[in-house]
Amino acid sequence: MDIIQIVLIGIIASLLYIILKDVQPTFAFVIILITSVLILMLVVKQIGIIIQLLTSLADKATINSFYLETILKIIGIAYITELGANVTKDAGLASVASKVELAGKIFILLLAIPIISAVVEVIINFIPTSGNHFL
Amino acid sequence: MLIDATILFQIAGIGIITALIHTVLKQVGKEDIAQFVSLVGFIIVLVIVIHHLSDLFQQIKSVFLLQGL
Repeated sequence: MDIIQIVLIGIIASLLYIILKDVQPTFAFVIILITSVLILMLVVKQIGIIIQLLTSLADKATINSFYLETILKIIGIAYITELGANVTKDAGLASVASKVELAGKIFILLLAIPIISAVVEVIINFIPTSGNHFL
Repeated sequence: MLIDATILFQIAGIGIITALIHTVLKQVGKEDIAQFVSLVGFIIVLVIVIHHLSDLFQQIKSVFLLQGL
């Protein structure tokens, strides 16, 4: 049962954080950081299995692998951004955390540009061209 | 799939020992050496943490096909 281990790691980390908070605040912050890293590392391993399932499903449905790849990249950017923003917020730098989140959003949008332009192309093809047959 | 929680105790232990040495050196009157000990302890912990952080980032990169970025 991995979930029990994760919960216990969270509890242990909180206890160590409370002990260290008053004597050495920097070490307490490092405890927070390493706890996030440990738990995320375990979760990412499990996500790998889910992603294998997704790719096999996409292969069966003969979806262009480019789209799935873009979505996976977006999810990865979201995870990294959230880790960085939360750790920065815990350290008390809320403004920097919001900038990190902004950067994550911008990069996600940048990755989505090819998909958005493809959608726009399809919509433009649906609209009748300006032949003015009805005028 | 077990993760090693020893690193948590390791870091907390280094922190407590550093705080102890800091307090003792402050009581003796060597403020500058106390600050130096604090700094060295923090650097040791930072090396461990950065090692794990790069490990995590490599894993995320390989899982989410982010090689191109």
